[in-house]
Amino acid sequence: MPLAIIGVFVFAALFANFLSPADPEEQTLRQRFTPPVWDERGSWKHVLGTDRLGRDLLSRIIWGSRVSLTAGVLTVLLASAVGAGVGLVAGYYGGRVDTVLMRVTDATMSFPVILLALILAVTVGPSFVNVVIAIAVILWARYARVIRGQVLTLMGLDFITQARIAGASAARIILRHLLPNTLNTLVVLTTLQVGYVIIVEASLSFLGAGIPPPTPAWGSMISEGRDFVTSAWWVSFFPGLAILLVVLAFNLLGDWLRDTLDPKLRQL
Amino acid sequence: MARFVLTRLLQSLAALAILSVVVFVLARATGDPLHLILPMSASEEDFANARKYLGLDRPYVEQYLSFVGRALTGDFGMSLRARRPVGELIAQRLPNSLRLAAFAMTVSLLLAFPLGVLAAVWKGTGIDRAAQVIAVLGQSLPTFWVAIVLIELVAGRLQWLPAGGIGGLASYVLPGFTLGWFVVAGMMRLLRSGMLEVLDSEYVKLARVKGVVEARVVWVHALKNALIPVVTFAGIYFSILVTTAIVVETVFAWPGLGRLAYEAISSRDFPVIQAVVLTTAAIVAVVNLSVDCVYAFIDPRIRYVR
Repeated sequence: MPLAIIGVFVFAALFANFLSPADPEEQTLRQRFTPPVWDERGSWKHVLGTDRLGRDLLSRIIWGSRVSLTAGVLTVLLASAVGAGVGLVAGYYGGRVDTVLMRVTDATMSFPVILLALILAVTVGPSFVNVVIAIAVILWARYARVIRGQVLTLMGLDFITQARIAGASAARIILRHLLPNTLNTLVVLTTLQVGYVIIVEASLSFLGAGIPPPTPAWGSMISEGRDFVTSAWWVSFFPGLAILLVVLAFNLLGDWLRDTLDPKLRQL
Repeated sequence: MARFVLTRLLQSLAALAILSVVVFVLARATGDPLHLILPMSASEEDFANARKYLGLDRPYVEQYLSFVGRALTGDFGMSLRARRPVGELIAQRLPNSLRLAAFAMTVSLLLAFPLGVLAAVWKGTGIDRAAQVIAVLGQSLPTFWVAIVLIELVAGRLQWLPAGGIGGLASYVLPGFTLGWFVVAGMMRLLRSGMLEVLDSEYVKLARVKGVVEARVVWVHALKNALIPVVTFAGIYFSILVTTAIVVETVFAWPGLGRLAYEAISSRDFPVIQAVVLTTAAIVAVVNLSVDCVYAFIDPRIRYVR
């Protein structure tokens, strides 16, 4: 079920140009605030209705899935690469390297994501790339913590000692022996984080520090409809529903992966 | 124990110092604030005067040092926008945020504890399933959307509660629940899995064999140990709470620190941004420090592991 939902949205994101019934940025002021099709004033031309500028909501949601999914996946990949790197190095070398890296990790982890993302977004101006970087700058810390913990356990095991005696280099032990053994954790954590990143990205766009208009992003769509909730509830409602569905799907998938791959990871 | 606390304290201070540099540099990098406060028609001379008046013409290192020196005494300078001492703004907004957070935390704890424990005790029943649904929804619902939907339904259509602003107890309900929702979800999840593990352990079985009343086994013997993961994550939850508060306060027009941060960032009000970020970070650091101490106190194994 979660896979099906994710599949639908990935499909929508990939083929947005074929699937969307209208141009997501085309404005038809005469048809502003057309309600969804089941309302008596609605029409099949705009299945989910239109927004303040008469833009087709369904098309904007379809194009928005491209923005949200790319942001989610890119951010998480970036964060997991950096975080796993830090965690592996800290866990492998231990001692002072470990202490310093973990201090930095803790400091990063306890910093409120949105505060930094807001500052960064305003610093260099809101853009897609900046949003990805801003979130990744904080998000890597969680990977580092978890991966380091696993590496510490692995380091006590015989096969690492044997690899050392056999003369394997640090790089080889880290990449060939430690990394593969942390892959399950990485997969679970990454899946669970995609949903979180999508929410943070949407929050930033909602606050006006995320993806700048007119690019259709779910967060800014909700924000645009906010002042008209009473007269045109659908403008804010449907993008929010889209976020809920995608994030829910990723969380359920992550939970399932965790229970299947490694039940001990219950605290992720 | 004293040594543990001292090391953690020094580490927190070091982290705050680094953060203050980062904040200072970032705030300076957001562009020239004079463009926002001076009128479009201002001459070069006006710019130079204003720069001098606000101390923006001195070397960065000097600006930073004087900033830190004064910040330590609670003086964060003047807000570029409001033309009022930043300390005053913070002092005015912070209590509102704390009140909202306290309300949200109380509600969440009151809901999370019974739900988490009962879900574990009656595993697989309706309560357990309901708890799981709440947990997953709590992590998947975008806060700002929930806020808008609640405002429209409860405050708009039903007219039960005020839509925003701060007032009597009624004004706390909507923002409080929006803010507390995800805490309930996360905490309940941790409690449930913690309880499941503990309820299965030898010492709980022993307590039962000895004839301890079941309610006591669950709520005293088992809960004590199931609390450890909750305490570990308390620090992280607190920082998520602060994050969420920015969005919630913005949507509900709540005159707190989060809304102040949003306003300051959108008007590039340097002194306010610095003050808000540092105040927030200091609060987060204090909370994390206390969490660590509590943790080390209940679980002595922690003190020896770095």
